[in-house]
Amino acid sequence: MMFKTLMLTTAAFAVSAGMALADGKVIGFSQIGSESGWRAAETTLTKKQAEERGYQLQFSDAQQKQENQIAAMRSFIAQGVDAILIAPVVATGWDAVLQEAKEAEIPVVLLDRMVDSDPSLYLTAVGSNLVHEGEVAGQWLAATVGDKDCRIVELQGTTGSSPAIDRKTGFEKGIAGHDNLKIVQSQTGDFTRSLGKEVMESFLQAENGGKDICALYAHNDDMAVGAIQAIKEAGLKPGQDILVVSIDAVPDIFKAMADGEANATVELTPNMAGPAFDALEAFWANGTEPPKFIQTESKLYTQADDPAGQYEARKDLGY
Amino acid sequence: MTGTALKRIAPQLLALAALVGLVSLFYPGFLSVSVNDGRLVGPAIDVLKRSAPVAILAVGMTLVIATRGIDLSVGATMAICGAVAAYAVSAGTGLPVALALAIGAGLLAGLWNGVLVALVGVQPFVATLILMTAGRGIAQLITEGRILTFTDPAFAFVGSGTLWGLPFPAWLWLALAVLTALVMRRTALGMLVESIGINRRASALAGVNAVVLLIAVYMAMGFCAALAGLVVTADIRGADANNAGLWLELDAILAVVIGGNSLLGGRFSIAASVIGALIIQTITIGIRLAGFPSEYNLVIKAVLVVVILVLQSPRIAAEWRYWRDEARRKREAEGKGTP
Repeated sequence: MMFKTLMLTTAAFAVSAGMALADGKVIGFSQIGSESGWRAAETTLTKKQAEERGYQLQFSDAQQKQENQIAAMRSFIAQGVDAILIAPVVATGWDAVLQEAKEAEIPVVLLDRMVDSDPSLYLTAVGSNLVHEGEVAGQWLAATVGDKDCRIVELQGTTGSSPAIDRKTGFEKGIAGHDNLKIVQSQTGDFTRSLGKEVMESFLQAENGGKDICALYAHNDDMAVGAIQAIKEAGLKPGQDILVVSIDAVPDIFKAMADGEANATVELTPNMAGPAFDALEAFWANGTEPPKFIQTESKLYTQADDPAGQYEARKDLGY
Repeated sequence: MTGTALKRIAPQLLALAALVGLVSLFYPGFLSVSVNDGRLVGPAIDVLKRSAPVAILAVGMTLVIATRGIDLSVGATMAICGAVAAYAVSAGTGLPVALALAIGAGLLAGLWNGVLVALVGVQPFVATLILMTAGRGIAQLITEGRILTFTDPAFAFVGSGTLWGLPFPAWLWLALAVLTALVMRRTALGMLVESIGINRRASALAGVNAVVLLIAVYMAMGFCAALAGLVVTADIRGADANNAGLWLELDAILAVVIGGNSLLGGRFSIAASVIGALIIQTITIGIRLAGFPSEYNLVIKAVLVVVILVLQSPRIAAEWRYWRDEARRKREAEGKGTP
């Protein structure tokens, strides 16, 4: 039995090695797990990107455990892959295994989360700037409203979480200097649809049945989707009576935008692998060292950007 | 009968009234109600509507706690039932079938807990902890980890429809509480449930079929969890397996405790428990309307709950009675001194 398993494993390795020779580079990818729709979409897109570029992707799901990720990395190193992508589940404890990868001369790229190890131990990190996301949303609102007075209500993420803090700071930066824009209510909706709806109901009560509210800013799309329902139930038109801007760009917000019920969303792209592969290709070609942090684009989508098409393109990514 | 019943829920009613007064200080329009398209609108109406999940859970939880049990799995059961209903509706089974399947799932969850507690003899805390942990995973398997949305307007009515001016969820919990209280108090059932909580062995020896009754109580809890799950799922028109009913088991237990019911089982009042749920929701909505920063929400909630519980405690009541009598004696003594 044991022998059989060994044989099979060897055979599998032989096959994968053979394919690797035929198709080019072999990439090891250690994913955290599949705790959220966004994470699932990131996995789907990474596999897709690797396929498009003709790489052989060795995928390993760590199920939220660092020891699984370290084990996966060691096995990638033993296989002698050409590069390792890793979305680290925690920030600490990576020094030893990163050192091993460096000694084996395998470049490591961090996806979407950071580690506290010395930057010389990895090639680069690809991620989004949460403050910048909020800023893009704020700037869009400031530009859209113009000189009109605008009372904004804000649905925050989970109190104390870094996306909530950064997206709030960023938005305030984005509307800074526009004294006609004012955040009049700000409460946590815990990143969930149901609390987004519930808290929006209170905002509507507190602001004269919603007639005084000019815009809603939600720290993620899910809360915005919930709030849109609350606005509709209060007899107002979301998207017209109350402008709706949020962050993430999940499929359901595009559905709302196609119906004219949401106005804009800022994308937290799940395609972190694209920029990572670009950096790796440059590195393999002529040893170009990329910057230590590659910031992904925080792209703004509005109703003018074919939301129905965007919905179709995204709905099967696993969100 | 009504006199004693009213006396039983007096502390909860007083706490609710005091709380409404307090919230009105910060948000004067709290009790204002207006009519919009034939339905009542106002913060107080929101409280009635938003209390629904916890109030519905509190009805079942009161019975479970009266048997000296506890059910930690109700939040996860809500997620399962919501996922089942959303899945069935989007698969095109029609609303009656979807509701029946969801309620069936709730009863099944209750049966599982009941069998573990009554037949196998696992402690309720541990027995229901199993489903609390596993349940959310089951719900995620049904929704495949995403928010399963649907558009069926009849199902959405369960969460956000209006009936005779009031939100449908408010009618739902009111009807459930009144019916359950009637069944418990107009028959001997309520007393039998209490007797199991006080002494299961003695009541079994006295001829109460404790095993069947316990399983029935946990199934009733499962039924309540299914209703609550349907309300929250219908409300957002989507089954969110990660967040539906998250931590609501604790709010339900808190509602029962604020309702003055002992966690050690025995005497119970369903009316007091649902008022407890109203108190919790009044605090939540009151804090939001008053516009405190989010960081304060939980602290303020905790402080208010502590104050309410301390004021309700029997020891404080006894102390207060003592000082009141003392003052009366003093007055009488003074009265005698100067004729």
